[in-house]
Amino acid sequence: MTRQSRLLPRLLIAIAVLSTLVMVVAPLFYIFAAAFAQGWRAYVQNIMDPLTLHAIWLTVLVALIVVPLNIVFGVAAAWLIARFRFPGRSLLVTAIEIPFSISPIIAGICYLLLYGRQGFLGPWLEAHDIQILFALPGIVLVTLFVTSPFVAREVLPLMQAQGSEQEEAAVTLGASGWQIFRRVTLPNIRWALLYGAVLCTARAVGEFGGVSVVSGSIRGQTNTLPLHVELLFNDLNVAGAFAAASTLTLIAVVTLLLKAVLEGRAR
Amino acid sequence: MTISITGLTKSFDATQVLRGIDLKVEDGELLALLGPSGSGKTTLLRIIAGLEWPDAGQLVVAGQDWLALPAQKRRIGFVFQHYALFPHMTVRDNIAFGLTVRPRSERPAPAQIDATVDNLLNLLQIPHLADRFPGQLSGGQRQRVALGRALAIQPAVLLLDEPFGALDAAIRRDLRRWLREVHEKTGSTTIFVTHDQEEAFELADRVVVMGDGQISQIGTADEIHDHPASAFVAQFMGASITLPVTLRGGRAEAPGLDARELMTCAEADGPGQLHLRPDSIALESDPASPWVLTRKDSNGTDLRLVLTGPDDSQIDVDLPRRGAPALVVGGHFRLRPLWGAMFSDAGPVAPAAPIRLSA
Repeated sequence: MTRQSRLLPRLLIAIAVLSTLVMVVAPLFYIFAAAFAQGWRAYVQNIMDPLTLHAIWLTVLVALIVVPLNIVFGVAAAWLIARFRFPGRSLLVTAIEIPFSISPIIAGICYLLLYGRQGFLGPWLEAHDIQILFALPGIVLVTLFVTSPFVAREVLPLMQAQGSEQEEAAVTLGASGWQIFRRVTLPNIRWALLYGAVLCTARAVGEFGGVSVVSGSIRGQTNTLPLHVELLFNDLNVAGAFAAASTLTLIAVVTLLLKAVLEGRAR
Repeated sequence: MTISITGLTKSFDATQVLRGIDLKVEDGELLALLGPSGSGKTTLLRIIAGLEWPDAGQLVVAGQDWLALPAQKRRIGFVFQHYALFPHMTVRDNIAFGLTVRPRSERPAPAQIDATVDNLLNLLQIPHLADRFPGQLSGGQRQRVALGRALAIQPAVLLLDEPFGALDAAIRRDLRRWLREVHEKTGSTTIFVTHDQEEAFELADRVVVMGDGQISQIGTADEIHDHPASAFVAQFMGASITLPVTLRGGRAEAPGLDARELMTCAEADGPGQLHLRPDSIALESDPASPWVLTRKDSNGTDLRLVLTGPDDSQIDVDLPRRGAPALVVGGHFRLRPLWGAMFSDAGPVAPAAPIRLSA
C-alpha cells in the first residue's frame, strides 16, 4: 500500500468523526451543560415548575393517544396493501407518504383552515360547542397526521417480502381471521412494528411546527414540551428552557436506545 | 372422499388460466396433476383448497358443495411448495397448529394434542427434531414437518403443490417413496402438482396431464406412456423429435424409417407426424436410408448422436455406449423407434376414438 492510499481513508474517517462531534455530540452535551449550569437544585426546580410539568404531561398524553392509533392504522394499511389488489391501491401507497413530503406547518394551516372559526367546518363545530383548535383534539390530529407514515412504512416492506403463504397455510388449517393475525401475522412483523412504534413515538414527542399552529401555546393548557421550550427561551429563561429541552432530549435518547436494542434483537 | 369437478373456469384479469375442467377423483386415490408451468395445475389445486375461487363450475366433495364452504371449513391438508412453516414456532407447535386453533368445544385436550403430534413425528421419522425451529432444518426435514402439519388435522383431502420441487435429486427419490408409504398408511385422497413426469408416473395411481388450462389426458402411467392422447402430451413425455410421415393402416411410413416395433394407431390415412424420444430409437446400418450419422459424442455411459436426414433435418439419438453397434460418422442408418406416438393431419379414424389400452 502506498502512503497516499493509507492517508485518504484516515482523512475521511477524521472528517466523519469531527462533523459528528461538532454537529451531534457537542450540542447534545451543551444542552445538559446549560441545563445544569446553575446546579442540581435549580435544575430540579425548573423541571418541577407546574407549567413545565404540565407540558411534559401533555406531550406524553399526546404520544399515548397517537402511537396506538398509528399502530392500528399502520398495520391495517400495510396489510391491506400487501395482501389485496383493489382499485386505488397505488393511490393509498402514495397517500401514506404524503405526510413525509409535506411540511408539518402546512398540515397545521390546513387544519386551521378546516376547523377554524372562519374555516369550512368552524361554524358547525362552534354551533355544537366542539372545540378542536387550541385544544387537545387539534394537537392530537396534527401529530397523528405528521406521524402516520412511520408504522406503515416499516411494516409494509416486510409483509410484502414475506408473502401470504403462511397465512394461507393457517387458513387451510382452520384458523379464524383473528387467530391468523395474532398467531401468524403479528409474530412475523413484531420487530418491524416495534421499531415503527419507536420512531413514531420519537416524532410525536418532538413535533413542533404543525402543533404550534393549532395549539395556540396556551401555558398550562395546550403547551407541549417543544412549544414550552420555545416559550421559555423567548422569556429569556435560558436555564428553564434548557432544563425542559434536556427532558425532551432524554426522551429522544431513551427512544433511540430502545430502537438500537430492538434492532439488535431482530437480527 | 370422492372429488367431482365439473366445468371449472378461472381467469386472472385477461388471462384464462382454466378453460373448463372436468375431473373425478376416487376415494383414497393418489392423483398427480402434471403439466408445464402456466398450465393451470396449481390454480386448480388452490381452487380445491379454497384459496382461490373459480369463475364458473362446480366442486363437489363427498356430496357436499365445497364452493359454498370457506377454506377453514373444508378440512384439507395443503402442503406448499416452499413449505410455509411458521418460523417463530417449534416443529411441535407447527404440527399442532391446526389442532390448537380449533374452537374450544372441538379442541382436543393438551395431552391428546401432544400424543397426536408424537405419533406424527414418528410417522414422519423426525421425533428428534420436535423442539427445533424451521430455520434450523434442512429442506427435506421442512418438507416432512409441512406434511405433518397438514396431516395433523386428519384432512379429508391432502393437497401438495410441487412437494419436491425445491429439493435435490437424491432426497426427492427418498421422499417420493416415503410419501407413497404415508399415503398407504393414512389412506386419504391425495392430489399433488408436479411438472416432473417421472415423479408423477412413479408416485400416482392416475396422472392428469394438463396443458394451457385444459386436461389433455387422464390415465395410468402405462396408458399415457403407450398412448399419448395428443402431440402436446407426447412432447411433454420427452418426445422432442417430430418426423413427417405418411400413415397407412395405422402405421407410419417414411424413407429410412422402420416403424414395425410401434403399436398401430387409430389415425386416418394420409400425411401425419411421428413423435419420438431420442433415447428410444435403435439404429441399423442401411445404405439406402437418407439418414446420415453426422456427429458422435460420448458422455461415458451414453453415445450422443446427431443424424441428418431429408431436407437437412437433424435429429438427436441417445444410445447406451455398451452394446452399441459399430457406428461410423458418414454412414447411412435406418431409424427403428421403440416408442413413438403418431397423429394424422386428418385426425383420428372415427370421431372421438377412445384411447386404446393395447395393440
